[in-house]
Amino acid sequence: MSFEALLFYFFASVMVAASLAVVTLRNPVHCALALVLTFFTCACLWLLLRAEFLAIALVLVYVGAVMVLFLFVVMMLDIKTLPGREGFTSYLPAGLLVAAVMLAELVGLMGARKLMAGGPVRDAAAEQGLSNTEWLGRTLFSDYILPFEIAAVILTVAIVAAVALTLRRRPNVRTQDPAAQAATRKSDRLHLVDLPRGNGSKQA
Amino acid sequence: MITLGHYLVLGAILFCVSVAGIFINRKNVIILLMALELMLLAVNMNFVAFSAFLGDAGGQIFVFFILTVAAAESAIGLAILVLLFRNRATINVEELDTMKG
Repeated sequence: MSFEALLFYFFASVMVAASLAVVTLRNPVHCALALVLTFFTCACLWLLLRAEFLAIALVLVYVGAVMVLFLFVVMMLDIKTLPGREGFTSYLPAGLLVAAVMLAELVGLMGARKLMAGGPVRDAAAEQGLSNTEWLGRTLFSDYILPFEIAAVILTVAIVAAVALTLRRRPNVRTQDPAAQAATRKSDRLHLVDLPRGNGSKQA
Repeated sequence: MITLGHYLVLGAILFCVSVAGIFINRKNVIILLMALELMLLAVNMNFVAFSAFLGDAGGQIFVFFILTVAAAESAIGLAILVLLFRNRATINVEELDTMKG
């Protein structure tokens, strides 16, 4: 068995074990950490496939951003009120059955035995004398430029939607209104009044 | 030698684990979202494997877009979850039956 095959089996077993931990662990924080391990191992497998750019992007985007978001939310919600596992054992047989049947169908349908007789990884980027990132970038910014722009719009919409959903307007709270502050004129704050002269000194 | 079939079987196993996860974690929305992320990861695994073994950049480009949409999806999903918890003080799926669906 070659070194690459050893690495593949090691990463694959870690990945399957971590994904099982995600769906079976009791504590949501542990689940999130197991999901981090799954993503990281998947990035290692993608490195084996010579997809360096996506492997790094997966670690940056998922482990760096999305999983931190998950952990934030898990910790923001009161962990003691999270629902228990009452349905765990009653749904377990059905879940296992569906998963097993689906796995058998998937592996049978795609003809894994025949595919396993195929060739090794083709490094198409190296064949053209490019790095993986350059190879992807050339394709992304030529053939796929419109989907790329649409992806940017989707991300912007997601930011706006997430902020708009969680924004809380509370009445009866004193806050600054910077627009109103900046729009003030002198006449709003200062009134010059002419007082009649002489009355004060007579009484003294 | 590691071939395309090995990676496809790994992706299928990952997908089925997350399907089983959705079945057995019927109560907790956070775990359901995590199982969804696992499913997307399994699909991405197949895309990257096909792209690498066929020498086509299209698969890896598609994974790039799936990562984008998945990040947007989890951001909005978690925002809805926070809103839900603020309004109903629960994230148990079985108690969220206002719409009687």
